[in-house]
Amino acid sequence: MKTLSKITKYIRSKNAGPFWVTVDLFFKDKDSFFYACKNISNEEVSNILKIKRNHLKRFDIENLKVIKFSFPRKNIQGSRLDRDMHGASFAILFEKLSV
Amino acid sequence: MNKKTIKVLVPAGALGIPFDKNALINGIKQKPDLIAIDGGSTDSGPYYLGSGKSKYSYSATKRDWSILMEMRAKTKVPLLIGTAGTCGTKTSVEWMLKITKEIAKENKEKLKIVTLKTDLSNKFVLEKYKTGKIKPLEGAPKINEDIINNCTNIVALAGVEQIQKAINTNADIIIAGRSTDTAIIASLPIYHGLNIASAWHGAKIAECGALATNNPNSGVVLLEFDHNGFTITPMCKNTKATPQTVFAHMLYENADPYILLEPGGCLDVSNAKYKKHKKNSVRVEGSKWYNKKPYTLKIEGARLVGFQTISIVLIRDPKYIESIDKWIDKLKNSFYRKIKNSILVDVQLELRKIGKDATLGNLEPISTDINEVAIMAIFTANNQEKANDSAKLLNPDLLHLALKKNEPMPTFAFPFSPPEIDKGPLFEFCFHHVIEIDNPKDFFQLQFHKT
Repeated sequence: MKTLSKITKYIRSKNAGPFWVTVDLFFKDKDSFFYACKNISNEEVSNILKIKRNHLKRFDIENLKVIKFSFPRKNIQGSRLDRDMHGASFAILFEKLSV
Repeated sequence: MNKKTIKVLVPAGALGIPFDKNALINGIKQKPDLIAIDGGSTDSGPYYLGSGKSKYSYSATKRDWSILMEMRAKTKVPLLIGTAGTCGTKTSVEWMLKITKEIAKENKEKLKIVTLKTDLSNKFVLEKYKTGKIKPLEGAPKINEDIINNCTNIVALAGVEQIQKAINTNADIIIAGRSTDTAIIASLPIYHGLNIASAWHGAKIAECGALATNNPNSGVVLLEFDHNGFTITPMCKNTKATPQTVFAHMLYENADPYILLEPGGCLDVSNAKYKKHKKNSVRVEGSKWYNKKPYTLKIEGARLVGFQTISIVLIRDPKYIESIDKWIDKLKNSFYRKIKNSILVDVQLELRKIGKDATLGNLEPISTDINEVAIMAIFTANNQEKANDSAKLLNPDLLHLALKKNEPMPTFAFPFSPPEIDKGPLFEFCFHHVIEIDNPKDFFQLQFHKT
């Protein structure tokens, strides 16, 4: 088991328009990338985000050693119950994730 | 006359974001055919579209724009801004026009300016909605007639067909309302019959300026388009674009890094090849473009949903920090008891614990010992007076509410007087939709201005 913060260079989360958030995991090297591709389960990611599994999009991009997750946000950007306009802190949830 | 290559100079990711002036001068020396810059997006939230205002100040915008106007005067090629004034509504286009005219007057410049407004009336959108011409994109919120009627501003995002028409007027300066970030760059190469997919792809790569290089703050990049692809070159010294930095930009703010929906079609970069070119450039070929019928434009709208007041109180007493959730429940109960049967009955109160879980809410996985916590009380009402009155109603409780009946009256820390702050109107984005239209070229009107 390794936490994602140990095997990534950095993790970035950002709004992708007002209705989506996207998270990019930049891995340190190919080994870490392939290890993560095999071991990160979409189910676990959906759980930490408290979203339905079929709402999660995932892209494993070997050339960039990146795994990307995108999902519709629960509260529209800047709406009354939104807490984080630019979706900046979703990255933190991934850093702690053990794979 | 069709050209074999078209050069588009992009000074920065948006007007208002810093750029390196020397890099800009280098860019001008490359003899671009167009200087194109983005003026905004929805990125900063619904307030700007809702109110039709710019995020950046008049003076800062004037300072940056005057540098670009000075550069334009040297090259005599068109200077184009899309999504003028952050949100790209008619009021923000007028605001940008005012700035432009003021600079021209100060410099005694004779200019031909064209404005392209992309606002849609609520009535027009409602009609299109009723006839099934408004289609949701993935993850779109539900809409209805009331929501459409309550929008303070609705804009469509202009595509290349509409921007080309503005460029074709031979204006010196083009001020466009809401446009896709890419269309302002892709218009000219597509007009000259160059590779359509590469025009859109290059535009996407450069829409944030030098963010696709190893020196994002330098701003300025040059794009060269031809029949087979495009080349991106940063204009700042010691700055490099690499296949990695360029491809990686497809990730940024994109839910899907391969497919991009644009007016009139979609771009697929799945098979694109990124290659190092000369010293610090990247050459890209192999993306695909698919025309889509019927022609669609994406729309954006914001509606007024209420007015807000906020109060902040700081809690330092460990006993209260320990029982903060209990205290919050008590505050809420007290508030709802007070507003019951009053004119404030429909006011919504939210209490966020800054220092504990204000950012992530119920997703917060960590609980650590903390010294203090700030409670931010957010009151939302259908007018400002009611929001303010509610905050005043809760004021004594925020200052003195005791957890236990028999304890001495506590006092908490108000950081300022008064502790209530008017936050003003609250807007909400309401479309993630496209509108089907059958006259792309003539869909918006152009206006002509002279200085």
